[in-house]
Amino acid sequence: MASWTWFHRLASPPSFFRLADRLAPWFGLLAAALLAYGWIDGLFFAPEDYQQKDAYRIIYVHVPAAALSLSLYMGMAVAAFVALVWRMKLAEAAIIAIAPVGASFTALALVTGMLWGKPMWGAYWVWDARLTSELVLLFLYFGVIGLWQAFEDPRAAARACALLAIVGVINVPIVKYSVDWWNSLHQGSTILKMGKPSITAAMAWPLFASLIGAYLLSGYVILRRLQNELLLRERGTAWVRELLGASRV
Amino acid sequence: MGGYGLYVWGSFGCGLAVLVWNVVAPKLARRELLRQMTETE
Repeated sequence: MASWTWFHRLASPPSFFRLADRLAPWFGLLAAALLAYGWIDGLFFAPEDYQQKDAYRIIYVHVPAAALSLSLYMGMAVAAFVALVWRMKLAEAAIIAIAPVGASFTALALVTGMLWGKPMWGAYWVWDARLTSELVLLFLYFGVIGLWQAFEDPRAAARACALLAIVGVINVPIVKYSVDWWNSLHQGSTILKMGKPSITAAMAWPLFASLIGAYLLSGYVILRRLQNELLLRERGTAWVRELLGASRV
Repeated sequence: MGGYGLYVWGSFGCGLAVLVWNVVAPKLARRELLRQMTETE
């Protein structure tokens, strides 16, 4: 039993708020450094692709955005599961802290995909399995955000959103494996291929940096959004008053 | 950018806009939240 006390302490709103205050700046700083390096190297210094020429550089925006669109959905679904089963306040807040961030990266993946599709495939959009399931992902995020706003009571809202988020998980493997399951215009995975990645190091480093940078950035944003959500839900409690009094927020 | 400038710069521009929105939106929300909370205190 004793081994669980740290977990309960961590998940209590005031201690999580303080932890987030300590962590967020590091996430933000590292994210800024990695993204700056990844994008500048990717735009100006990485070699040109032998087939796609300079158009391939869109990968440095598109792949991190697309990876985040799925990872953040999984994160939201895990929070939703915890919120449903254990009624944990922090997990309830996490659902709505993650949803807008996930939606923004899903939209970015779609838009950059269109901007990449036009010069390479000759069309901004095709109703292909990968593109269509990614669009469904965007609507799932919108659904969670809309449902959240439809409820007065945050706990009831969290329960409804949690259910939707969990049902929507079915779409995640469809997005991920659509390029393998169906004939698709979309190319297969470049960096995560088992064994040998089909990308040269000079192109791969800025890609890894952009990927990790984007993950850290969304970590920063989610911590800040979680803090806001906790402040709103716990307004009037002693710890929030104390923070306001000390004007440390 | 070898004729692909519009697509490449367009993508990075949208990317930057999304990053900036992500960072700024919770900051503005925090400011508004604190304003409301100190008013009702």
